[in-house]
Amino acid sequence: MIAIVDYGMGNVASVKTAFLNLGYEVEITDSLERLKQATHIILPGVGSFKAAVEEINQRRLLEPLRELAQEKPFIGICLGMQLLFDKGYENGKSDGLGLIPGEVNKIETEYILPHIGWNQLQIENNNKPFAEFQDKHVYFVHSFQARTEQEFLVATSDYGTEIPAIVQKGHVYGMQFHPEKSGEAGIELLKVFLENTSSVRGQVK
Amino acid sequence: MIAKRIIPCLDVKEGKVVKGTNFVGLRDLGDPVEMASSYSISGADEIIFLDISATNEGRQTMVDIVRQTAEKVFVPFTVGGGVRSIEDVNRLLKAGADKVGMNSAAVTNPGLITESSERFGAQCTVVAIDAKRFGDKWHVMTHGGSKDTGIDAIEWAKEVETRGAGEILLTSVDTDGVKNGFDIALTKAVVNTVRIPVIASGGVGKPEHFPEVFKETDVSAGLAASIFHENTFTVQEVKDACKRQGVNIREA
Repeated sequence: MIAIVDYGMGNVASVKTAFLNLGYEVEITDSLERLKQATHIILPGVGSFKAAVEEINQRRLLEPLRELAQEKPFIGICLGMQLLFDKGYENGKSDGLGLIPGEVNKIETEYILPHIGWNQLQIENNNKPFAEFQDKHVYFVHSFQARTEQEFLVATSDYGTEIPAIVQKGHVYGMQFHPEKSGEAGIELLKVFLENTSSVRGQVK
Repeated sequence: MIAKRIIPCLDVKEGKVVKGTNFVGLRDLGDPVEMASSYSISGADEIIFLDISATNEGRQTMVDIVRQTAEKVFVPFTVGGGVRSIEDVNRLLKAGADKVGMNSAAVTNPGLITESSERFGAQCTVVAIDAKRFGDKWHVMTHGGSKDTGIDAIEWAKEVETRGAGEILLTSVDTDGVKNGFDIALTKAVVNTVRIPVIASGGVGKPEHFPEVFKETDVSAGLAASIFHENTFTVQEVKDACKRQGVNIREA
């Protein structure tokens, strides 16, 4: 069972539908017991970094999520990806999950914000499983972006500045765009995440 | 590079997609969920539902349509029409809409824009502006384009941005249904005033009208309704026309 973490930040129905269509059982839950039972953890989210951290804290899930990310395939989507980093600076400074080194700040660009729309992926570090997605358009909606080291970048997108679009450290992945809203390319990208992490899949605590 | 978006708009009345010209004269075109799904597969970058139901039952039906669409459509979709309160916004977002558009209610109660933006974020707060030319200015029109508010449309665009709107859906009442192309002057005036994405709407009659508005203004997206529904041409034909003119679009 794939678990989508329910912490009250944004609609997650489409994320669920995307994984259902890929043939997986999916549960939207904030129960630690259920999260421990899951094969994969999906951390979605729309809204502000600080509010998200507060919601996760209220559910006493911050530390458990850090632990779950050590043993299971884990993917953060949109705000969920931003939460993977050490710190965020939206509405003041807050600590994230610290699963990937880096910080989240307002996008600095001469272009209009929010960064809304279909932007192209630039695959970084000659990342083979993702190579076929070079120049593919995916759907972004955000005003803040991660800043991290080159080694964790799988793909970036150019918006007058380089925006990390896909990040990865071990079996922890992040997608800044919405794969569940990015048509066929988005679904295919989720498939790559599932395939790339298949060796760690299925460890149930 | 970010792609220019091509958006089919579905006018929905009491659960059915209808066609209207200059906001009047309606004709039944089909099932909204089926149509949205088929557009998303054939390359639409986004779908907009405009609820023009006259009854509460019609509005409730819209929520069900949104729920079904969220289960079937893998591109973003926006719902507008009849949104009067923060509860309406909440209900549509909860049902699965990615963005909610507000129009008349935003004019009578601009605080609704601020409230929606603060609570749900600028990214899902869309303000629809229907504008009509009066001399060298444009006025904001409400009630399906029939009522002149006397408000300067350019000033209003600036205000909705300040209040936290993440996007403007700009319809020219003058060109809507005329099929001679988008209202370039109005679109340019609004795009050059605000720093949020603008969707141009009203006036498409042929695929070339899309690259025209993208070349002549910095608008982020173009919207059309009846020409797509009547199979006058397809989303792909619009994208082909854009490509020929060197406009960056998404290849589905």
